[in-house]
Parts: sequence; C-alpha cells; structure tokens
Amino acid sequence: MISPKYVREIPQRYRLEASKCKSCGKINFPPRLVCPNCRSREFETIKLSDEGKILTYTIIRVASDTYSFGTPYGVAIIELNEGAKLMAQITDTKLEDISIGKKVKIVFRKIKDDGKTGIHCYGYKAVVV
Amino acid sequence: MKEVAVIGIGMTKFGELWNKSISDIFVEAALKAIDNAGVDHLDSMYVGNMSGGLFNGQEHIGAVMADYLGMAPVPATRVESACASGGVSFRQAYFEIASGNSDIVLAGGVEKMTDGVDVTAALATAADQEYEVYNGITFPGLYAMIANAHMNRYKTTKRQLASVAVKNHKNGAKNPNAQFRSEITIEQVMNSTLVADPLGLLDCSPVTDGGAAVILCSMELAKKFTETPVKIIASAQASDTISLYERESFTSLKAVTEAATKAYKQANLKPEDIDVAEVHDCFTIAEIVVSEDLGFFEKGLGGTAVESGKTSIEEGIIPINTSGGLKSKGHPVGATGIAQIIELYEQLTGQAGKRQVKNARIGLAQNMGGSGASCVINILEAI
Repeated sequence: MISPKYVREIPQRYRLEASKCKSCGKINFPPRLVCPNCRSREFETIKLSDEGKILTYTIIRVASDTYSFGTPYGVAIIELNEGAKLMAQITDTKLEDISIGKKVKIVFRKIKDDGKTGIHCYGYKAVVV
Repeated sequence: MKEVAVIGIGMTKFGELWNKSISDIFVEAALKAIDNAGVDHLDSMYVGNMSGGLFNGQEHIGAVMADYLGMAPVPATRVESACASGGVSFRQAYFEIASGNSDIVLAGGVEKMTDGVDVTAALATAADQEYEVYNGITFPGLYAMIANAHMNRYKTTKRQLASVAVKNHKNGAKNPNAQFRSEITIEQVMNSTLVADPLGLLDCSPVTDGGAAVILCSMELAKKFTETPVKIIASAQASDTISLYERESFTSLKAVTEAATKAYKQANLKPEDIDVAEVHDCFTIAEIVVSEDLGFFEKGLGGTAVESGKTSIEEGIIPINTSGGLKSKGHPVGATGIAQIIELYEQLTGQAGKRQVKNARIGLAQNMGGSGASCVINILEAI
C-alpha cells in the first residue's frame, strides 16, 4: 500500500465520518458523491456513534497472507445507534462471546502493517460489551 | 432482435492443470466448441475472466486468446464481472448476434488459479477493498455471514448446508469434467475443518483451473449446423451494493431477485416452468439462498428443500446443479458461467448421460459475482 491510498481514508477510519443525505436522510458510510437511495448530491458530514449491535458475523480461520497473523478472529456487520452499518473486526472479546444481537463499542486499533513500506495501518474494530 | 441459439460446446476438464497455461486452457475449450459446432470461422469472441492480472500477471486477455486461438484479427473482448464474468460474456455474445451485427460468435471463459498467488487475496478483490477486505474479511467469510444470518432468521441448519455439498458431489461424480468425482457424506462436510464459521472446507467451492466455450449463432442459421440447437429465451442482469454490510437484507440477494424477475418476464415463464437449473453454489449457503430468490422455494425453506431431496436429479421437483455445481465440478471463476450453459445444453439436448434429467426442455443458469453485487441469469429452451 502506498500512502495516498491510506491517507485519503483517514477521516472514516480514525473518526467514523459519514455523509448524511440532505434530501432523504440516508447515512452513507463511507461517504458517496451521489446518494444510492434518492440520487441527491447534497450531503452533510456527520460523525457516527461508537455504539451498536451485531447483525451477523463470522470467525475467520483462514485469512489472506496479510491477515493470517491474527487468525482466528471475528468479523461482524454492525448497526450503529443512528442506523448506519459497517463491517469491523471484533477485538478484545472471546470468540464464543460473539453472536447476533450482541452490543458492541467501536474502538481505534491497528489493523495491519504494510509489508513493503512499513506503514502502520489503523482503523476501527469492535469490542463486545 | 434476432432469435439466438447455442450450437456447440466445449470445455476442459476442471482441476489443477499445472502443465497448462491460461491460453492453453482457453484454446483447448474453444477448439472443442468450434469443432462441436462445425463452424469454419468466428465473427467475434468474448472471454470471461476475473483476474488474469492477479492470478497470472496477464491482462489484455481478449487479444491474447484470439491470437493463441489463431483467430486474429477477429474482435476479441475480455468481460469481467468477478465470478459472473462467464455468464456476462455469454450475454454480450447473445446481444451481438441478436442485434444482427454478427452471425457466429464464441462466448468463452477461463481462469488459471494455481499459478502460485495468494488466491484468498485475489478473490477478495471482488469485494470492497477499503471497507470490507481492509477489515479482514474473506469470501468464505462474507458467505459465512450470510449463512449465520439465514440460520438465525430461518433456523437453517448446518446439516442442510451440508446436504448441498453432498448432493452436488453425488452429481459431480457422474460428470467426467468435474474436479472432484467422489461422493462425500453429511458427516464429512459437517466435520470438515472450519474456514469461516459456520462454513467448513467442504462447504466451499475449490480453487480450479479450467476453460469453457460455446458457439452462438442466429436461430435461422442454427439449423445449418445442428439438429439440436438450444434457444436463448431470456438473458437478464442486475447489480447491487458492492459491500454486503450496506444491504437491507443479508438473507436475500437483490441482484438475484431483480435479474430473475426480468428473466422470467422475458421468457414469459414462472419458476415452476424451469426443468433444470445451474446455480452459483460458490458456498453451500449460496445455493440455498439463490434457490429461494429464484422462486423455486418459499423464502426460508431452501434448506429444508435440499435436505428432503427436492433438488436432486432422481426425485427433485427442480434438479439443481446436475453438473456437480461449483462445489464438485470446480470453480475456475471466469469459466464458471459458461460451464453452467454447457451443462444446460447437454441436459436440453439429452446428452447428459447418467446426470440426465428426464424430459428437460427449459433450463436456467444463475451466475453471480462477489457477495451478490452482480448477477446474470440466462434461460435456454430445447427446440
């Protein structure tokens, strides 16, 4: 990974910035240039809440080479309190405590190291509370 | 629009073809199709291929294949829609003849996946790189999330998932071109090493090298080449959010329901009119969800249906994946959609041997990309 690809996603990965459609109110994460719901192009930037619940999940036992250092690990689709959804790794949680409906808190974590350029890549993960 | 027919088929054996390059594989399939149809030229060709760049370090696949097939200077176009590349390639060839622009067109697909790259990472490029894959998900993982949601909502069981793999291996054992020609048991599937919970290794389609090709021409020309042309009576395609997490539902695939609605309307058919179906069972849960979304079974009852034999060749009301499906026949990504068409052609012309569905007249092929962000459905009819 080279830095521009990483740096441009920082508002989302570090601060959970999303775009709320000024026309229909749909929250898009990541932000989009056109709302897929009503095709409006007017948005306001909002910060998502750091609390939500698990809608579905899996435990990854076989990962790509980049992520294999961390197996087994949970990944879940999470609905945040305002209704926006995202996908995140589950961290600091026993695997058997991950299930549909569980409440989670979003936390800031290192995601991976970039092998060639040595960039530490950060982002959000979720802890079952 | 002109009416269009399939008049010839050809495919390689699917498997780990270490001694064959991507072009060797494609050319073998294409030559078989050309010989099978008995055509003396092509007006153009389409090649479904997901990722020659990542798997083989080779792009410009259309030109590469036309050259090695000895067909240059015909127009040759690579078609990419992840795992649906083959089915979409077929659709493009269909349009080219339906429009009257060409008489004889080859629709093919090829993938060479065993050249030593990280296949999990390469396949994951069909998902959103920055918001799904960055967070550690894999393709088995995405379908595992669909499985957990389906099991939670509809009480679908691991045994029902396993029933898909057992049935498809039973069918694949009768297919000389299948990668795995061995029958397996429910217990073997349920106890197989977990890849992404709840999916085990035997819930997953394999890594495969393979090529497939069919020849299409106008219906009016078809009788010149064969007594048994198969007519294309519908071709529909749809798309959805690239990310699974952005969908309203994780238990139904909107691109599948959208494409199915359009395809049934084009053909003026209902789900119960379909005699045989090839569906995209990249993972066992996918066949269950798709069998519901195609309208063969009520939502939530796909698991019960496969477990009770409703999709088997012998006693099924709608035999599904008679070829062995992606699970047993193998899943060389870009070739899969064309291999589905080949199975339907054999079924509708009575050439399916021990896999033959009695009196099969109408067949449906459903091919999808990613976690269902693209889907193409083609319906064929025996003439």
